[in-house]
Amino acid sequence: MNPSLNMALISAFTTTTDPGMAPVATPFFFYLLSGLAVAGGFLVITRRNPVHCALALIVTLIAMAHLYLMLYAPFVAAVQIIVYAGGIMVLFLFVIMLVSIERASKDRRFNRIWPVGLAAACALMALFVSAFVKGRALFPDRMIAIPEGSNTQQVASMLYGEAGRMGQYTFAFEIASLLLLVAILGAVIMTKKKI
Amino acid sequence: MPNFIMSYLGSTVTPGEAGNQFWALIYVLIIFAAVSLAVVAMNWFERKALAHFQIRLGPMRVGPHGLLQPIADALKLALKEDIIPAEADQFVFWIAPVIGLLAAFTVYTVIPFGPSQAVSDMNIGVLFMLGVSSLGVLGIVVAGWASNSHYPLIGALRSSAQMVSYEVAMGLAVVSAVLMTSMKTGTGTLSMIGIVESQQQQGIWFIFKFFPLGLIAFVNFVIAMIAETNRAPFDMAEAESELTAGYHTEYSGLRWSLFMLAEYAAMIAVSSIAVTLWLGGWLRPFPNLLNAPAWDFIFSLFPGLTFGALAAVAVIGVMRMPVHPYFRVQRIGLAVFAALLGFIALFLLVIALAGRSSDATVAARFRDGIDYVYWFVLKVALFMYLFIWCRATWPRYRFDQLMRVGWKVLLPITLVVLILTAIVGVIVS
Repeated sequence: MNPSLNMALISAFTTTTDPGMAPVATPFFFYLLSGLAVAGGFLVITRRNPVHCALALIVTLIAMAHLYLMLYAPFVAAVQIIVYAGGIMVLFLFVIMLVSIERASKDRRFNRIWPVGLAAACALMALFVSAFVKGRALFPDRMIAIPEGSNTQQVASMLYGEAGRMGQYTFAFEIASLLLLVAILGAVIMTKKKI
Repeated sequence: MPNFIMSYLGSTVTPGEAGNQFWALIYVLIIFAAVSLAVVAMNWFERKALAHFQIRLGPMRVGPHGLLQPIADALKLALKEDIIPAEADQFVFWIAPVIGLLAAFTVYTVIPFGPSQAVSDMNIGVLFMLGVSSLGVLGIVVAGWASNSHYPLIGALRSSAQMVSYEVAMGLAVVSAVLMTSMKTGTGTLSMIGIVESQQQQGIWFIFKFFPLGLIAFVNFVIAMIAETNRAPFDMAEAESELTAGYHTEYSGLRWSLFMLAEYAAMIAVSSIAVTLWLGGWLRPFPNLLNAPAWDFIFSLFPGLTFGALAAVAVIGVMRMPVHPYFRVQRIGLAVFAALLGFIALFLLVIALAGRSSDATVAARFRDGIDYVYWFVLKVALFMYLFIWCRATWPRYRFDQLMRVGWKVLLPITLVVLILTAIVGVIVS
């Protein structure tokens, strides 16, 4: 990164003479948002009414979008809201509303899948804890100040590369999109008898 | 503290960028009040315009030419009994209009009424607007479900399917406009202010850029935008001939009016996206060609003259009113209204004259601010008329037709336009 830009950044993030320039990423907001996310997640698994669960999930997703904002990743935050809260959750609600909720909430589950779910959750938890404990060396000890204005460009050059070179994640990105395409084709073939 | 408040007056950035919470709050309050007022005015104007389209008079009794009708309506709605169906999901029923309203009004934080006349400028402005305005459909869907009734549920299902389909075309049209911002500088921008500024730098509104690619993307966006806001001819979610009132059948009183407020606020918001992306936002016509101070002065007279013309129309209304004791109160009321408009016109003209002398004075900055907001609001107002015009002209789509238009017509066209824009852009640069 060029040094003059870096200096400008440091001064932009550290000037505290103007009361208005205090950073937004304060512990207060972090705990507020993560508390909201956790509370939403808790409601998702405890409420019996699926629409209430979906609403709680939306709260969690929006709180997470704000957490991305606090990490100075506005592009990811916006995409989180557009794709998850605005797109996928609307489809979720669409499907849920087609199910008769009166009956679904009275039905008792006949298959006991909760031990499997518990085991999966514990495994994921163990993975996170081990990554946090052992993988400390992998993470930088402090956040690199990326200029907020170029966040979108940085994401783009990581995904698509720049100046003729392949980006860091181009291959993984293309493979993932191919996988999604295959899934779409599969869904069409399964639902349509005659194409 | 006064220093904190006053120091912003000399700056040329938005309050959000300057980190000035006080002025950000003032801007938010101004925008909230102005949008609410615009919704009230729009309510009256829509009824009047629709009536004239159908060779009727529209509201005539409450106030001169029905000018006080929206106030009477609002009073009626506020005093009306607020009914929650017994079988409804109480909490979700209560929160649904709030979701719609919040989504509609949050969008206004990034709308640039001028280069510094916005609450904040985000570097993801367009994405933020698309994302937050797409949350509005959650209010509709949830309202339809919570009513626990058939018509609202069908309305909600239709609305969610329609929204998901048209959002794709809308997003692709926006991407083709964002691509155009990278033409001269090499790096594009998603910031709303940046998009308008790049139109000024390139010396062309994006609607005319790469003719007819910009125009096609713009038209596709407008169609998707009408569908997104559930307006005729895409108002399947509230089709009164099939679904009574669609998703808000069970709502009454204040809650129902919140839905209406959210719908109209969302209409203004999406029109603002279209104006910002394709019609040059706050830029007046030919800002680069006619940039002499004399032209600045001439264009700064426009706001005052517009209000003057409105005042003249009101005066003609006063003169044409029958001389009869029955019309006395109306006559006086309309005269007061005309005088009010005349005073606003006078005030704007005085500012235009005061700001004429030099560029750096507060008066000149104030004049420029009024100019920017005037051109932006004028363009948005044209869109508002377009909404009414479409509603009066086209019959409602059938649902399968609606889906076919969304997926089989709009989406391919927008995709082709996007690819062609990219190709032409690479060739040109």
